[in-house]
Amino acid sequence: MSIDLSQFHQVFFEESFEGLDVMESQLLDLTPESVDAEAVNTIFRAAHSIKGGAGTFGFMQISDFTHVVETLLDEIRSAKRPMLRMYVDLFLQSVDCLRAMLSSLQAGDTPDGERPALLKTEFEKILAGDDSAAPVSTDSTVAEAEDVSGGAGWRIHFHPGQDILQTGNEPFRMFRELQELVGEDSLTVIPDTSAVPEISSLNPELCYLNWVLEVRKDIDKETLASVFEWVEDDCDIRYEALSSATEDADAATETDVAAETPDTDQPAAIPEAVAAAVNAAAAVSASQAKKSPAKNSEPSSIRVSIDKVDSLINMVGELVITQSMLGQLGQEFDMSRLARLQEGLSQLEHNTRELQESVMKIRMMPISFAFSRFPRLVRDLGSQLGKDVNLVMLGENTELDKTVMEKIGDPLVHLVRNSMDHGLETTEKRIAAGKAAQGKITLNAFHQGGNIVIEVKDDGAGLNEEKILSKARERKLVPENTELSAEEIHQLIFLPGFSTSDSVSDISGRGVGMDVVRRNINELNGTIEVQSRRGEGSTFVIRLPLTLAILDGQLVRVKNETYIFPLVSIVESIQLQKRSLNHITGSQFVMKLRDEYIPIVRLDNLFGLRRKEEEAENPMLVVVEGDNEKIGIVVDDLLGQQQVVIKSLEQNYQRVHGISGATILGDGTVALIIDISGIGKTVEPSKTTPGSEQAA
Amino acid sequence: MTMNAAETVKDPARDHEQQFLTFMMADEEYGVDILAVQEIRGWEESTLIPNAPEYIRGVINLRGTIVPIMDLRIRFGLERVEYSPLTVVIILKVEKEHGDRVMGIVVDAVSDVYTIADEDTRRPPELSEDDNSGFIRGLVNVNGKMVILLDVDELLRIPERQKMAGLLAG
Amino acid sequence: MASILAVDDSASMRQMVSFTLRGAGHEVQEASDGVEALRLANDKKYDLVLSDVNMPNMNGIELVKELRALADYKFVPVLMLTTESAGDMKMQGKQAGATGWIVKPFNPDQLLSTIKRVLG
Repeated sequence: MSIDLSQFHQVFFEESFEGLDVMESQLLDLTPESVDAEAVNTIFRAAHSIKGGAGTFGFMQISDFTHVVETLLDEIRSAKRPMLRMYVDLFLQSVDCLRAMLSSLQAGDTPDGERPALLKTEFEKILAGDDSAAPVSTDSTVAEAEDVSGGAGWRIHFHPGQDILQTGNEPFRMFRELQELVGEDSLTVIPDTSAVPEISSLNPELCYLNWVLEVRKDIDKETLASVFEWVEDDCDIRYEALSSATEDADAATETDVAAETPDTDQPAAIPEAVAAAVNAAAAVSASQAKKSPAKNSEPSSIRVSIDKVDSLINMVGELVITQSMLGQLGQEFDMSRLARLQEGLSQLEHNTRELQESVMKIRMMPISFAFSRFPRLVRDLGSQLGKDVNLVMLGENTELDKTVMEKIGDPLVHLVRNSMDHGLETTEKRIAAGKAAQGKITLNAFHQGGNIVIEVKDDGAGLNEEKILSKARERKLVPENTELSAEEIHQLIFLPGFSTSDSVSDISGRGVGMDVVRRNINELNGTIEVQSRRGEGSTFVIRLPLTLAILDGQLVRVKNETYIFPLVSIVESIQLQKRSLNHITGSQFVMKLRDEYIPIVRLDNLFGLRRKEEEAENPMLVVVEGDNEKIGIVVDDLLGQQQVVIKSLEQNYQRVHGISGATILGDGTVALIIDISGIGKTVEPSKTTPGSEQAA
Repeated sequence: MTMNAAETVKDPARDHEQQFLTFMMADEEYGVDILAVQEIRGWEESTLIPNAPEYIRGVINLRGTIVPIMDLRIRFGLERVEYSPLTVVIILKVEKEHGDRVMGIVVDAVSDVYTIADEDTRRPPELSEDDNSGFIRGLVNVNGKMVILLDVDELLRIPERQKMAGLLAG
Repeated sequence: MASILAVDDSASMRQMVSFTLRGAGHEVQEASDGVEALRLANDKKYDLVLSDVNMPNMNGIELVKELRALADYKFVPVLMLTTESAGDMKMQGKQAGATGWIVKPFNPDQLLSTIKRVLG
């Protein structure tokens, strides 16, 4: 029977990656001085499973490499060797190496052999360089050199241990196997009952029988011995080579083993084989059908806990009940049942909302998925920078949407790198400043309202306001004489092209600045701000919507149309004061709001709502913040706020400038969602000095 | 010589037959492949799309999907008419690389369903100055009337608008 | 056909083992560690137990010991899925009462021919 093992590869890759994650996190938690035996066991088990699976599924490169890793782990586990920091480093490198190898195998490529070869040599050096190293297992090579072939055959004296049955071993089954091995006619089984006691003293659970087995076939001893492999230590087994003479002499006392072996499984063997073949064929075609799409692109899937699915099923059940109740009501409706109808409808609304929330929850994953990379990152960076850093992670079970999670990873890495590089001082400076030598970085996640808040906090030197301001002036990001509060100065680091690093290190000075971090977060409809105190450290606070499919919206009216502003981008909404409106060269209006000039956009003009030039009586100005820029958007009226489900406009139409999507309002009509940063790009640069002309 | 398309319905020997839904616009009869017709609805208020071509009247909510609505009279450069409760929207669906594309077209009235054989279809006259000739798949004579068969794929293609036009108005 | 309890903490190994055995017409119940296996064994008597050695919560050796203490499992064959590097594991397994072992890596054919030694 042949089974296509490739059908198990995906599962093997997934669990191996999980195993590597486990190894990594356990290794990072390990203190070589006081090793927790259970931790080493866990690490060993993970390596062991990867090796076993890789061997089974034919990934020999993986199993060969993992073998040395496992061997060293085993020696540490069995206390033949202490855990050293050097080993931890080597194990961590092996984790990386295995991860890379598995990734290329998963993608259908051949893994690079150089790195594993180098690491393997390291392991072999360690394993060989110490006499405590266990010798390579020898138990399978004990076979005696003599008597390789029996010539005419073998006589086997088989005296099983009395308790052989209690290990589940059954002599008859061994004889049957022997028979299959040599053929029915070539085996003679002679029982020896001399050791069987009186019936009164007989223990039915023990085996008192001995046997003499005669194999009349030219077969090597090792093959025969394999039948008794499992019991050879508990039994007395002697092999005696047969000469032609003894063969003839004993032929008379022949007892055919077939008579003693239950025959019932013989006829069953055929359908079994057929069934197996059919199943194997089905498996092959199924796996071939599956193979082609999975080849290149890894299917995007999520694991959903049964609880979540159960709760969904419950809710759908309730929905069905409500629906049938309403259906019945509709068939025989009169006004006397109005109250019941209203009740039913509110039940329906309740069900629908619950169902929506549950469906959204399916996409929710704990943020530990995004946090998990940081212990390693901080450890590696710390040694690279020569900084001793303690990473604290809080709220790892806080859940957020899978898509948001995938997109927040890179910005978080950048922030943590930034804190390690720029935020935390060197150990000497910390000691000089009277602080603990070890720096601390805290990652914290929690829910607040409909948002998830992620904080990246360091206890370093804090932002240097003078340095930031002078850099900003130098780069002409801030006009010369403007006075800025410390708060405002802190936010300058998010401006495009801003970087205060004196020397471009390869850690955070990669040309990717805080402006990119901020843009990425804005794209997720999120915000980022920084709080900082000199000498005490900085905290970056990211606020993100829990999901990308739902948006907290502010409904506004422009002419006869309703639009939705993402609530998160709104800074404030004020009555539009025509007197404070100026316009600069061309058609761009600006307005002085406190001490800032804000470009003004009229949605009706921007969107070509070509109606008569009637003015709204009390137009409102919604001040929003897009890509680092505040702009004021003129609307006719502010309506309510509500959560809206984002729908695609592009699917059946095309991308529309200034619009990020659409939604369906409570009355069934469509409302478009404003793309704040898209609108921000249509305004002329606002940093030019405004003229003093009055608006028309 | 006049072909009688109606007779072809009874002739099973003829291959390449297709059913067309026809509708009226400015006294002309137009036909679209019936397999592309998802449903027929009455006109309803739609939501304007900023800076869309004039013939795109906006988008409606079709059971949770956002569907644009095109006024075919404007698209074809015909005289505009006021919408009434009797104005008809035909919802068309075509397959695209990334899933189906659904769009509604506003027409005066739905007319009939004909089975038309390929060989009865004439190529449209090559009128280079006529913007609409690209939408026309062919002409066919049904019971003495001329029906203009439209290419639904072409019809639902919206040319990319010249970007940012009029966007910088203050 | 036999009812078999397959115990391994690795999902891919478990799937491979049970797919192979089911393909040969056996009935297979999977367990991901010794604790789960023992619970299942208490509910039903299986004809054969195949168990990995290294598992969290309860390893294969402990599982065999626990099984042999059950009246139903005194004579039931228990095979350990073990690796060649774990030489003394075989001994430990034997001492705990295991019937025999299958050395990893093994392919489906080896698995089927090995279990035939202890079934029927």
